[in-house]
Amino acid sequence: MVTSPMEMSTFAELVRKRPPYEPTGQSVANSDETALPKLEVKHLDFFYDKNVQVLFDVNMRIPSQSVMALIGPSGCGKSTFLRTLNRMNDIVEGTTHAGDILLDGIDIFARSIDVVALRKRVGMVFQKSNPFPKSIYDNIAFGPRLAGEKNKKVLDEKVEQSLKQAALWDEVKDRLKKSALALSGGQQQRLCIARTLATTPEVILMDEPASALDPASTAKIEDLIFELKQEYTIVIVTHNMQQAARVSDYTGFFYQGKLIEVGETKSLFTKPQQKQTEDYITGRFG
Amino acid sequence: MSFSSRSESDRILKWRHFKSAAFRVICNVSTWVGIVVLILMMIGVFQKAIGSLDWAFLTRFDSYDPKRTGVFAGLWGCFWLMLFTGLLGIPVSVAAAIYLEEYSKKGWLTQIIQMNISNLAGVPSIVYGILGLTIFVRYLQLGSGVLSGALTMAILIMPIIIIASQEALRSVPQSLRHASLALGATKWQTIWYQVLPASVPGIMTGVILALSRAIGETAPLIVVGAAIYISQTPGRSESPTELITDPSKIADVPSSGFTVLPLQIYNYSTTAKLAFRNEAAAAIVVLLVLLLIMNGVAIFIRNHFQKKLKW
Repeated sequence: MVTSPMEMSTFAELVRKRPPYEPTGQSVANSDETALPKLEVKHLDFFYDKNVQVLFDVNMRIPSQSVMALIGPSGCGKSTFLRTLNRMNDIVEGTTHAGDILLDGIDIFARSIDVVALRKRVGMVFQKSNPFPKSIYDNIAFGPRLAGEKNKKVLDEKVEQSLKQAALWDEVKDRLKKSALALSGGQQQRLCIARTLATTPEVILMDEPASALDPASTAKIEDLIFELKQEYTIVIVTHNMQQAARVSDYTGFFYQGKLIEVGETKSLFTKPQQKQTEDYITGRFG
Repeated sequence: MSFSSRSESDRILKWRHFKSAAFRVICNVSTWVGIVVLILMMIGVFQKAIGSLDWAFLTRFDSYDPKRTGVFAGLWGCFWLMLFTGLLGIPVSVAAAIYLEEYSKKGWLTQIIQMNISNLAGVPSIVYGILGLTIFVRYLQLGSGVLSGALTMAILIMPIIIIASQEALRSVPQSLRHASLALGATKWQTIWYQVLPASVPGIMTGVILALSRAIGETAPLIVVGAAIYISQTPGRSESPTELITDPSKIADVPSSGFTVLPLQIYNYSTTAKLAFRNEAAAAIVVLLVLLLIMNGVAIFIRNHFQKKLKW
């Protein structure tokens, strides 16, 4: 790949202008330094192609039963980072990585790790709600059925429990056999969350789950996240900084593929350590 | 000055409206040309067929006497040939499409395969006949039976079904695959439970097209050695009930000699006796009805799946 000299020089300039990168990731969750974090990312580099590096030496600790929000301008790599956590990037041809991601202390890239089992433990909710073109019931029951559950009674319970957890049960309990696509956008997204919950994951990844929703639906999703963190570890990508401030315990700021700063949400928003973080959260760029 | 320029723009506007209306008329006429020709053909065929078409015509074997001839052998031949062609051709084609769309890495090899499939869809059917004769009849020694015919036909329809199925698979949104994979489904579970059901309507459209083509083919079957005149059905099974009471007859079907309706039509229309022209028309009507029934079944399956998909 040949880059023009013009581009090269601008890039070099950009790099020079940036303050030296000091990963602050190690200091995150210092309240719980001794405990094993749910997820630990060590020196993660990620490439879409041999020449296209999108993540640079990312280090992060995500404690159990907490919400980690990932913020940053478009194209900063936060969504890519999220998708490495359940190895959804595996399905993109030509991607490679370096570094480790530890789930309960075990490397998810290890040969002994079955990616299908991993995704059952690390569930994912997408930006655009993507219910299957099936009934509400079949959407929720899909995960448990994949795992081999055939008992109608168990499935019924699972569906009810998941929908209740996602605060959707009262709205849909009379039309479980109706198409999931007849639901409103906000309901569809909560259905997708319920569908993920039905596989009893330990970590839930959310990729801008409320970006396509109206304020009322967004508020419902945020309440839900608050509820869910009692039981699950949640990593959420968001464009909305107020949302990050509202729902998360920790926040990581990505810029140009680097994790510039990560720490407790409160301190990151009130006393950012890095100039770029401050510029971003005060709206000077991005 | 301003007045003249306004009238100028008015003139241009009128011309644009005229062109718009004219295009509509051209499209309309083009549609009706097809419909009118079809109706005229149908009237011609039905007029000739009406005297010969009765139940006896459907249940008699072929004869040199136009008054005593029938399409019994051709009907059964069509049934068996289509059944075996479908059973052999459809699963292989759909599997090939799944491989190309879902599994294969996009490289030069895939591109060559893809290009070949597109080209194969346009190869004259007689070439498939020669292939069938060389490989199935001569090399594999399968004889000039239903099996050789069906294998040849299956290969003939494969490109059509593969292309339609690929199209159908491609139209399934990626987000559906991602949702399924993220829930811990294996690739196969994702394809089997989500992608395939969502693409069945498109696949069935390809199947309809393919079988419609296959049921009208004569050339490859002549080359493979299908009979033109035969007074015996494949496996000698002469009624649907017989197939249930004596299933052993089915085992004889693949190796049995056979004829099909288009071959009988071809035969009727080339004999010297003019009376056979009416028999040809009658056989054409039977073939059309058969085609309609077959497509009806396919459309039923398609709609069933479309309804089950709760889009």
